[in-house]
Amino acid sequence: MASVEFKNVSKSFNAFKAVSDVSLDIGDGEFVCLLGPSGCGKTTSLRMMAGLETPTSGQILIGGKEVTHLHPKDRNIAMVFQDYALYPHMNLADNMAYPLKVRGEPVQKRHARAREVADVLKIGHLMDRLPSQISGGQQQRTSLARALVYPAQVYLFDEPLSNLDAKLRLEARGFLNHLQRDMGMTAVYVTHDQAEAMALATRIAVMDQGKIVQYASPIEIYRRPATTFVANFVGNPPMNLVEVECEQGEGQLLLKGEGLTMQGLPMTDAIGKALATSGKKLTLGVRPEHLAIAAAGASNTVTAPLFANENMGPESLVTLDRGENARITARIFTDDHLNVDKVVTLSFLAEHVHLFDGTGKRIPVAGE
Amino acid sequence: MKLTLPAYVGRIAFSALAALIGAIFALPLIWFIFAPFNARAELGLAIPDPWTLSNFATVFGNSYAVQALWNSFIQATGGVILVGAAATLAAYALSRSSVPGKGAVTYTLLLFSSVVSGSAAMVPIFLIVSAMGIMDTHIAVILTFAGGLLPTAMFILRDFIDSIPKSYEESAMVAGASPVQAFFDVALPVIRPGIVVVVVWAFVNIWGSFLIPFILLRSSDNMPASVAIYSFYSEAGTPIVTLLAAYALIYSLPVVALYLFVSWKFGFRFFGGIKA
Repeated sequence: MASVEFKNVSKSFNAFKAVSDVSLDIGDGEFVCLLGPSGCGKTTSLRMMAGLETPTSGQILIGGKEVTHLHPKDRNIAMVFQDYALYPHMNLADNMAYPLKVRGEPVQKRHARAREVADVLKIGHLMDRLPSQISGGQQQRTSLARALVYPAQVYLFDEPLSNLDAKLRLEARGFLNHLQRDMGMTAVYVTHDQAEAMALATRIAVMDQGKIVQYASPIEIYRRPATTFVANFVGNPPMNLVEVECEQGEGQLLLKGEGLTMQGLPMTDAIGKALATSGKKLTLGVRPEHLAIAAAGASNTVTAPLFANENMGPESLVTLDRGENARITARIFTDDHLNVDKVVTLSFLAEHVHLFDGTGKRIPVAGE
Repeated sequence: MKLTLPAYVGRIAFSALAALIGAIFALPLIWFIFAPFNARAELGLAIPDPWTLSNFATVFGNSYAVQALWNSFIQATGGVILVGAAATLAAYALSRSSVPGKGAVTYTLLLFSSVVSGSAAMVPIFLIVSAMGIMDTHIAVILTFAGGLLPTAMFILRDFIDSIPKSYEESAMVAGASPVQAFFDVALPVIRPGIVVVVVWAFVNIWGSFLIPFILLRSSDNMPASVAIYSFYSEAGTPIVTLLAAYALIYSLPVVALYLFVSWKFGFRFFGGIKA
């Protein structure tokens, strides 16, 4: 196992800047997820770690050793591809044993090792099959097994679960989490699925337009998103973001938006500074799970016509219509959603509120 | 289902027409199978009476004609090996490497390929081959065909390789394979169906070609079957139908055999990647 380090790495494809000036520090034994929408540069970053792309500028270090221009075969890494890349003409045993074959292991030894790993992944009985003769989930595990047969310094995953159906994906996700706890491997995992990143990562690097927007632990990213982009990307459904106007009261802040009022947010220096630069307009963020159907006389409320009321079993999603791009969704864990009217009032607590300035950057609230 | 009268008549008329067209195409083929076994074969269709192998005996007695079949085999096989190997490597490079202007290279070659082995370039080819001092050799024929067929072969193969995900070789290299190992262990087996198509296509092309060997070869010892078939014409230029039919049948057998072999072994199916 080894650490991975990016020093001011950039990568351009002709005029398109896929990755721009990314610095990233991945500790030994960490499981880091690169999370972002498609085209944000996360896969390009991973491919540069693997040596499948060469950075336009910057340095990449694995285990403290510079590998920026090293061929993939000389990096001692393992990678699981999105399309699995199983060799169609080899049976599973030969597929899994291939990394050992190129390392010059004798055939019996490498097949024995492949069998060992395959048994752990519960595909040991399929060793004679061709990749086209097994299911998608089994193909995924075969490609994982091929990455695990040899001791690599770093394990790279390029959206390995995105071709699986929902149930298999959860199962595979749990297994990967178990594997990481078991092996303590250094892993870099690319995904656009925030739930996968939250579940697996020790740290998440949220990427947007070739840059890392926030690099922190999952809980930090969930609790203190650095920008509205991160706030909007992490969480399911994503955080509600509402344009509000601020008025300063006595040591506290008064927020007003369409159908929304909030008071009792303690005034801080940071908020004062933001108000000075962005004017009175800020963005208020509240996660759906922090909204509730308001009881009579509640403060901090938002009122709007009901748009949708979706029952999911343990919870339900109540969505209010404040215009096309300004809907507010609440996750309700009680039976309150059964009694909602055509116009609904939701309430929230001041301690659950996020504030962002005019450029979308987080403003630290009191106590941070 | 009950048919109305016009529909009924229409169907009969359609079937009759289809049968007629089918017969027109079938007749020469039937002649092609019957005539070689008929000692008195003419251009008309006739069932051999009696069936005989005497035509074949005469053909095999003609040492020039037999040698020509062997020459055809040498030239076609040599050409196929050269085209197959060179087209595979070139197409792989054109598909996978990031050579600037590689698209232009492919299309320019493709444009000129029809010229190279076509009759328009016969004079320059003759002069070049002559200057190289390889006139009247198998090598001259093989090289000329390779030059003519390569661009199209490269084009077909490049298209095929483009459709194969790069991640096969990438995963091999990440797993520790050198680019050469990745090519031979992973890429080559995956693109083999495409190579087979090119090989069959090139073989048929060279086997059936007349003009190039006719011009580049002198001695009867080197002539392929496509040229030697003219030895079954009388001095006056009229074909000796019996021998011509027997020789034509023998001449076409290797191509038929190649098709059957490939279709049995590879099924002419591309198995490409795994479904995602």
